[in-house]
Amino acid sequence: MVGYLLLAIAAVSLAGYVMGRSKAQTSVGNLSELHSLPSFHGGFIAAWIGIPSFIVVLLWLLFQGTVIDNLLLSSLPADKTQGLDDAQLSLILSEVKSVAAGNIFGEPEPYVIAGAERYNAWYAISRWSMVAVALALCLAALLYTRAQISSRFRARHRVERILDGVMIVCSIIAILTTFGIVVSLLVEALRFFDLVSPFEFFFGLNWEPQIAIRADQVTGGGAFGAIPVFAGTLQIAFLAMAVATPLGLFSAIYLTEYSGPRFRKIIKPILEILAGIPTVVYGFFAVLVVAPAMREFGASIGIDIAPNSALAAGSVMGIMLIPFVSSLSDDAISAVPDAMRDGSYGLGATKGETIIKVLLPAALPGIMGGILLATSRAIGETMIVVMAAGIIATLTANPLEPVTTVTVQIVTLLIGDSEFDNPKTLAAFALGLVLFVVTLMLNVLAQRVVRKYREQYE
Amino acid sequence: MSDTAFDAPGPIRFHDWGSEAARKRVKRRYVHDRILQWLGLGSIGIAILLLTILLSSLISTGYPAFFTTKVTLDVFIDPKLVKAEDPGKGNFRKITRDAFGKYFPDVKSRSDKRRLYKIMSSGAPFNLRKHVLNNPDLIGQSFTFAVPLSDPYDQLYKGVIPRQIEALSGGQVKLGESLAQQGLLSVEDGKTLATLTIFIDPAKASKEDPASGDYAPMIAEAIKAIFPRDSPTITRDILTDEATEALKQTVVETPGLVGKTLQLKLPVSENFDNLHRTGSAMVMNPRFGSPKLFTWYDSLAERDLLTSNFSVELFTNADSRFPEQAGLLGAIAGSFFSLLVCFLLSFVAGIAAAIYLEEFAPKNKFTDLIEVNINNLAAVPSVVFGLLGLAVFLGTFGMPRSSPLVGGMVLSLMTLPTIIIATRAALQAVPPSIREAALGVGASRHQVITHHVLPLAMPGILTGTIIGLAQALGETAPLLLIGMNAFIPSIENIGILQPATALPTQIFSWADSPERGFVSRTSAAILVLLGFLFIMNATAIYLRQRFERRW
Repeated sequence: MVGYLLLAIAAVSLAGYVMGRSKAQTSVGNLSELHSLPSFHGGFIAAWIGIPSFIVVLLWLLFQGTVIDNLLLSSLPADKTQGLDDAQLSLILSEVKSVAAGNIFGEPEPYVIAGAERYNAWYAISRWSMVAVALALCLAALLYTRAQISSRFRARHRVERILDGVMIVCSIIAILTTFGIVVSLLVEALRFFDLVSPFEFFFGLNWEPQIAIRADQVTGGGAFGAIPVFAGTLQIAFLAMAVATPLGLFSAIYLTEYSGPRFRKIIKPILEILAGIPTVVYGFFAVLVVAPAMREFGASIGIDIAPNSALAAGSVMGIMLIPFVSSLSDDAISAVPDAMRDGSYGLGATKGETIIKVLLPAALPGIMGGILLATSRAIGETMIVVMAAGIIATLTANPLEPVTTVTVQIVTLLIGDSEFDNPKTLAAFALGLVLFVVTLMLNVLAQRVVRKYREQYE
Repeated sequence: MSDTAFDAPGPIRFHDWGSEAARKRVKRRYVHDRILQWLGLGSIGIAILLLTILLSSLISTGYPAFFTTKVTLDVFIDPKLVKAEDPGKGNFRKITRDAFGKYFPDVKSRSDKRRLYKIMSSGAPFNLRKHVLNNPDLIGQSFTFAVPLSDPYDQLYKGVIPRQIEALSGGQVKLGESLAQQGLLSVEDGKTLATLTIFIDPAKASKEDPASGDYAPMIAEAIKAIFPRDSPTITRDILTDEATEALKQTVVETPGLVGKTLQLKLPVSENFDNLHRTGSAMVMNPRFGSPKLFTWYDSLAERDLLTSNFSVELFTNADSRFPEQAGLLGAIAGSFFSLLVCFLLSFVAGIAAAIYLEEFAPKNKFTDLIEVNINNLAAVPSVVFGLLGLAVFLGTFGMPRSSPLVGGMVLSLMTLPTIIIATRAALQAVPPSIREAALGVGASRHQVITHHVLPLAMPGILTGTIIGLAQALGETAPLLLIGMNAFIPSIENIGILQPATALPTQIFSWADSPERGFVSRTSAAILVLLGFLFIMNATAIYLRQRFERRW
């Protein structure tokens, strides 16, 4: 239905384009009398037909559901909806909707059937009026714009103005996305902090988010002290950086200072492959190879290593981050001016001394920036830890035991759940807000450090 | 070099560069240099080694899943069981089972037959049903039809899982070896006995009534005395209840032992007995259920009824609960639709935004804000985009959950910064002389962009877009949050508004499945995903090298 409507809009605007072009061509004897090329006249009409009606259809589709839901709720008999909370109301709504879709289980109450009939009727009305409004808009635009076309009409300017508008709207998407992230996280997190005090969340030592959704379920009471989750995140990120920093830094040193250009040309892309492998693959690798290997090694020297230990998850994440650290350090070391190298060699320093005593101190801000960016990646990384780290939050410094992370909790709390009315799902948004703020701060800090350093040598 | 040499004029110090000490110092400096070089080379080596391990472990576990083991059946589509007017409702289960049962005429009892059918995939009737629905004239005909084996036998045929497994863990084997080394094991009458030093604790067994004593803890204590560092969970399998009974018997016969320490030879458990006498303790792999099934399976293999061919099903089937039937088509379709949505949205919007920022935007606070936003969005963790999709697209706008439309929209928000940054770089690379020439012959600024700059920048833009889409193809977390990990057992209704799954989320679901066959399927799915990524990146590199112009 919607697809056909969009096709129809596209067809009308194409027709408008052809009409506008031919009208512009026939309105003058000689084409050079036209202010704008005929195709601009056509494009002007096509844009006026297509864009407004497309926006109307989009808005209509976005809001018709909410409007009809509200209409339906207010039309239900008052004695059925009195004193119910939002969750129960949405239950009734979904019952009515499933009856309306034809999935009838058992004997629905008469008011539900009546509601379902009204629901279907309203949907039909809404759909057809959408078609009518959109096509009327197309027609009105066609008539209005076609009348404007004449040899003096500045169609090119109009079309370019429209294009400018479209481009500005597209650039604003980035702002809208950030805005959407901040608002949605803040709104849900504030709802969470209505139910659980921020003090408990930020300083509590006990994280047991599984709470009873129905009265007869046997679970814990629900505790939302996120310190163990934060500690686990930092621990795994630290382990990952402990693997990635030396490996990445040393390989960057070798590639920039020791290796020949051919070796570098072959090895660099191979290292970059590590960054291009999807994280879900690393997660499976951790479960399939790394964790069992560590466990076996531990057993052979008499240490008990948990199958989902922080060490396994952290070290696999470290592998993923090697090329990240390596290429950023590479950039930083290559950016050190050759004059400094030459000066050091001129004093008789060996290559190693030049690197350790001259290049690394000079490149340190850039390297630090790279490490900060990689840390932010490690904190926000999800799939490796979802597959290879633990779910239960324990406060431990032992890397051989399982710990959980912020991202693991977000995913486990939200999988299979879409009702935002209990602290369990809302907690995920509070964690998401913390994650967003922390990674954003790390990124801004890293960018600032790197930029400052660049200015120093430019 | 010390500063004082310059500060305080003193006697001039002459360095003997040829002296032994100086030569040693120089040598040490070069050794340090060499160490740094080797550290670098070693790090690169480790990184490449890890990559090799990663890929080779995926290939070695994944390649069996590209083959399916099938048993060839002589089926007869009985018109009584499958009505020509409504073949879909036919009893294909009975047809496949009868055809399979024909190979084993001597299996008669109901329970044996039920076990026998476990060799065949539980999805076999559906395979036959599909085949008959596609070829309705087969009703009433006899023909040969190959159906897959069930997961354990499929894996057995491929040699992935053994028939017998070690009954004891590595730690337990060590315990057995250590007992033997200490001379505590002896064989009498073909049975292994362990010599234990046991203290008969008067608190647990009394002289008056030794029969009701609790002897198991005493044996546990005795074992603990030998292996003080090992946990009871691995030592408790050394002896069985038989040993407890034997100890009890001894004490009942001579109640005077209570409160004393005695040395006693007690029988060890069957597995440790086998370990000591034969060197290994093997038991049947519990995945196979019953040893009878082995003989049936072997007889199928002897009669050459089993074949293993390239598994087209891996690419033409949708997901299934049975690993031997599970395929990737649903996931590939879901990934395709969400990437299509992602491409349509982010390509147009990304190019438009990049052109505006690069060519038209005035330099002011507002455009600065946009630039900062784009740079930061590129570094926001992907799971946060999932939260955005969940709260806004699913929550506020009520879009269909699990659908490729929402998945593609979330992915496009993540791809947008990549495309914008790549497009801006490509636009910057077009030399100003081209713009100036076009402007000089009277083109408007828009015409300069659309007619000249954009076509020249297109290879760079496409390269960036493909790399962005390749990242989006591997993205898992945001899709999980919007529910794009649905179980899709049939590919009939896949569309951009229907619940779907994608390749990476399919990998995640299979990795979580307990059946052995899914381990191999997961690796195979990963290889397919990596294959797609390889093709996309190779295309990007080709485009860059073939069409990118340097001025």
